Amino acid sequence: MALDEMFSNKGEQLRACYDALMKKCDSHLEKMHQELPLPQDKWNEALISRGVSRRDFLKWCSIMTAALTLPPAFTPKVAQAAEMASRIPVVWLNLSECTGCTEALLRSSYPNIDDLILDTISLEYHETLMVASGHQAEECLNEALEKFAGQFVCVIEGAIPLGMNGKYLTIGARGKTGYEIAKEVASKAAMVISIGSCSSFGNIPAARPNPTQARGIGDALKIPTVNIAGCPPNATNFVGTLLHYILFGALPALDRLGRPLWAYGKRIHDFCERRPHYDAGEFVEEWGDEYAKRGFCLYKVGCKGPYTYANCSQVRFNQGSSWPVMAGHGCMGCTEPGFWDRMAPLEKPMADHAPLPLAGVEATADEIGIGLAAVTLAGIGVHAVGSVLRGVGKEKGGEE
Amino acid sequence: MARRIIVDPITRIEGHLRIEVEIDDNNRVIDAWSSATLWRGFEQILQGRDPRDAGLITQRFCGVCTYSHYEAATLAVEDAIGVVPPKNARIIRNLIQGAQYLHDKMVHFYHLHGLDWVDIVSALSAKPGDAVDLARSVCENPYNCSVSHYEEVQKRLTAFVQSGRLGPFAHAYWGNASYKLPPPANLVIASHYLDALSVQRVAAQMMALFGGKNPHPQTLVVGGVTSVMDAMNAARLGEYLYRLKEVKKFIETAYFPDVLLAAQYYKDEGAAGIGAGVKNYLSYGGFPLDDQWQGKLFPRGAILGGNLSQVYDIDEKKITEEVTHSWYEGNGAVHPYEGETRPDYTGFDAQGYLKGNEKYSWVKAPRYDGKPMEVGPLARILVGYAGGDKKIRELVDGLIGKTGIPTDALFSTLGRTAARCLEARLVADHVEGWVYELVGNIKAGDQRTWTRCDIPQSAQGRGMTEAPRGALGHWIRIENRAIANYQAVVPSTWNASPRDAKGQRGPYEESLVGTVLANPDQPLEIIRTIHSFDPCLACAVHIIDPRRSTIREFKIQ
Repeated sequence: MALDEMFSNKGEQLRACYDALMKKCDSHLEKMHQELPLPQDKWNEALISRGVSRRDFLKWCSIMTAALTLPPAFTPKVAQAAEMASRIPVVWLNLSECTGCTEALLRSSYPNIDDLILDTISLEYHETLMVASGHQAEECLNEALEKFAGQFVCVIEGAIPLGMNGKYLTIGARGKTGYEIAKEVASKAAMVISIGSCSSFGNIPAARPNPTQARGIGDALKIPTVNIAGCPPNATNFVGTLLHYILFGALPALDRLGRPLWAYGKRIHDFCERRPHYDAGEFVEEWGDEYAKRGFCLYKVGCKGPYTYANCSQVRFNQGSSWPVMAGHGCMGCTEPGFWDRMAPLEKPMADHAPLPLAGVEATADEIGIGLAAVTLAGIGVHAVGSVLRGVGKEKGGEE
Repeated sequence: MARRIIVDPITRIEGHLRIEVEIDDNNRVIDAWSSATLWRGFEQILQGRDPRDAGLITQRFCGVCTYSHYEAATLAVEDAIGVVPPKNARIIRNLIQGAQYLHDKMVHFYHLHGLDWVDIVSALSAKPGDAVDLARSVCENPYNCSVSHYEEVQKRLTAFVQSGRLGPFAHAYWGNASYKLPPPANLVIASHYLDALSVQRVAAQMMALFGGKNPHPQTLVVGGVTSVMDAMNAARLGEYLYRLKEVKKFIETAYFPDVLLAAQYYKDEGAAGIGAGVKNYLSYGGFPLDDQWQGKLFPRGAILGGNLSQVYDIDEKKITEEVTHSWYEGNGAVHPYEGETRPDYTGFDAQGYLKGNEKYSWVKAPRYDGKPMEVGPLARILVGYAGGDKKIRELVDGLIGKTGIPTDALFSTLGRTAARCLEARLVADHVEGWVYELVGNIKAGDQRTWTRCDIPQSAQGRGMTEAPRGALGHWIRIENRAIANYQAVVPSTWNASPRDAKGQRGPYEESLVGTVLANPDQPLEIIRTIHSFDPCLACAVHIIDPRRSTIREFKIQ
C-alpha cells in the first residue's frame, strides 16, 4: 500500500471514529437531558450576571475543547455540556482531609466560567457548604442517594483511614466510619472523582509512618476513580473532568495513576517560566540571593518540577495570580503519590537524595520522570476514538 | 425528663465535629459534650523529618487557616535556631497573614455562619425598597444597594427555590422562631452573601500574590520568604493594593453594616449573655509591627472570669494538656513537651451516645493555669480592650455607641461574631500601611528577604501566633538535625476541648449550657453558637505526642 493511501485511509478511519464519538456524545447529552431535572439557573442570564459575553464563553469552550484533545467540531458540544452542568447532582464527601480542596474550588480559577460551573452544579451533600446539620444533613444524603441513584457524581475529598477498623473517622449520629460511608455512596454513583492528593493517593495522612493506615479512595475501595491530584488541586482540572463526564458519561483517558492525561500529561518543568534559566545553567543558590531576585531556576533549592506531572505552570492558581515557582519557591511535587516521603527533604535538590549515583540533573529528572510516567497514552479524544474502534466504549469504570 | 440530642455532622465547618446536648422539658440545654471524630496522627508523621519541611507539612493540618500553621511552624524552627528574619520578610508575612484574615472573616460571616442568623426564605417576601432604606440606615453608601439589585437577587433566589432543587440549602431551618431578622434585613444580608462569593476570591488572590497560591501558600522558609521578585515589583504591589481596596470597601459597606443590622435584632440575646461560655480568654499576640518583634497589632495576654479590669501576662509554663476525656492513654495535666500518649479509642456507648463520663473526643483538653480558655477574635478584642489598646478601644466603643449594646453583651454568641468583624476592620485598616512600609524599606536600599541559617544538631523552640481562629502554638524539638518531637496546640483544641479531670467543660460545651431551643428537632441555636467560634476541627485532632518523648525542660523567652 502506498504511503499516501495509508494516510488517506487513516483519515477515513479517523473521521468515522469522530462520527462515532460525536454520536456517543449526543446520546449521553440527550440521556442527561431526559433523566436529570431542569437547570436551576438560566445559563445565558448567569453568564450575563457574571459579566461574561457569549463570545467569551465560546472562546472558553474552544479552549476547553482543545485542552480535552477533542477536534474543534466538538466546541458546540462542550458549550452544551457546560450549560448542562447545573443538572449534575454531586455528592461530596469529606473524609480524612483538611478541607483545602473545597477551599481551593471556592476560590476557583480563571476564567470566570469555571467558577460559574462550580457554582451551578447541584451540591446535594457537602458538609462544608450545606446549611442543614445533624440528622437533617443525613436526610439530604439519603435523599440524593435514592433520587439520583446511578446518576450522581461522587466527589471524595480526603483519604480513608483503614486502621482500627476505620474508627479513626466516624460521621453521623450512628457513628458510621468514613470507609462505610464512602463504600455505600461510591457504589451508587455514576462515577467517583477523587479530589486532591489525599483521596487520590493518601497524601499527608498516609505519609510515613501512616499512623491511621490511610489510603486513597481507589486503593481503599478497590474501585476505579479519576484522580484530580494536587494539594490542593487546580479547579480547572476538576471542571474539565466534569465536562468530560457530561459529554461522554465516562471517565476521561487517564495515566497509570488515574490522573486525566489532558491535565497531568506533562511535567511542570516542561512549561515552567524559569525553564530557560535551567537550560542556561542559571540557578538560585540560596534563598534571597542575587539570582533569586533575577528569577533563576529553583532546582538547586529543591524544585521538584522535573519530576512532577501537572499543569500548574500553565494554568497557575487563583485566577492566574501566581503559582509557587513564581513566588520563588520550588514545586514540591504534590501531584505525585507519596511525595512527602519520596521528595523530602523538600528544600534539597533531588540529585542530593537520589537512590543511585547519576550523571547530572537532567539524568535524574529523566530517570525519575520516566519512572513516574510509565505508560501514558494519548489524549482523551484520540483515546476515546481508539476505544470506539475496538468497540470498548465503557460506560463506567477506568479506561486503560 | 432530660433527653439527649445528637448533632453530627456539624456542617459548615472545617473538619468533623459532633455535639451532644441534654435538654430539659423546657427545651433548655442543661449539659453539652463536644467531640471531634477524626484523627490523622500528624505528630508521628513529623518525626524524623527535616525541620525545614515542618511548615509545609503542618500547613496541611488545615486547608482553611493554612498560612497560620505555616507561620507558626516556621517561627518555631526560627526560635530553635535563634534566627530573626529580615524586615522585608516580617512585613511580607504580615501581608499574607492579613490577606488570610480578610478572606477568612468574610467567608465565615457570610458562608459559614450567616445562615444561622439569616432566613433566606423570609428574604423573598421583603419589599426591595424597604431593604434599601434599612441598608442605608446602618451605612451611608451600602454595598450593591438599589431596588433593582435587590429585585434581581430575589428573582435569583425565587427561581432557585422554585426549581425544587435546593442543593446545599435543602433541609435548613427556615421559619424557625429563633430567626429574628425582618424580611428586608434578611434580603440585604442574603444579597451580600452572593456578593461575598466573588469578593472572597479577590482576598484569596491577595494571598496568592506573595504566597504563590491560596489555600496552601508556598513562600515561607526558615529565615524569611521566597517571594523576593514580587516584593521588588511595583506592579505586583499595586495589584495587592488594588485588591485590598476592593476587599476593604466590602468590609466597610457590607460586612460591618450587616453585623450592625444583625446586632439590632439579636441584641437581647447578646445582653442576656447567650453563648458566653467559660469567660476566660487567651491571646498570644499577632502581627509583629516592629523589628524587635515587640509591638503587635493584637496584644498578648489573658483575661480570667470575664474581669476586664485586669489583663494577665502569659506564663507559657502554665499551658497544659490532659486526656482524661480524650481518646488517648495517659493521666494528668502536662505541658505540651511532657506528654506521652497513645490512641485509646473507646467509641460510643450502647445507645450510640458519647460516653460523657469517660473518653469521648479526639481533642485533648488544653488548660491555662488549670482553666479552660476561649481563644479567637473575641479573646483578642477583649485582651486588647481591657489592656487599653487605643485602636481596639476605638473600634469597640464605636460599636457600642452605634448599637447601644452594653460592653457585657460582648460575652455572647453575638459578641463573638461582632468581634470577628471588628478585627476584619482593624486588619484592613493596617494592611495598606504595611505595603508602604515595605516600599519605603526597599527604596531605602534594603532588599534582604532571608537570613542565612542552618539547622543545628539539637535545639528546641516554639512559634506562637494568632490564627484567624485564635491563639496558635507550635513546639519543636530538634535532634540530629531532624524533628524529634513536634507539638501543636491549636485554636480549636482550646475551644472544642472536652472536659478535664476536674470535670470543667470546654468552651463550646460551656457556651451551650442555658441555651433554649425553639424547636428541639432543629438545632439552629446550637449550630449558631458553635459556628460563632468558627470551628476548624481537622487541626485540633492530631494533638498527640510521639511515643518516645521524654520529659524535657522547655525554652521560655
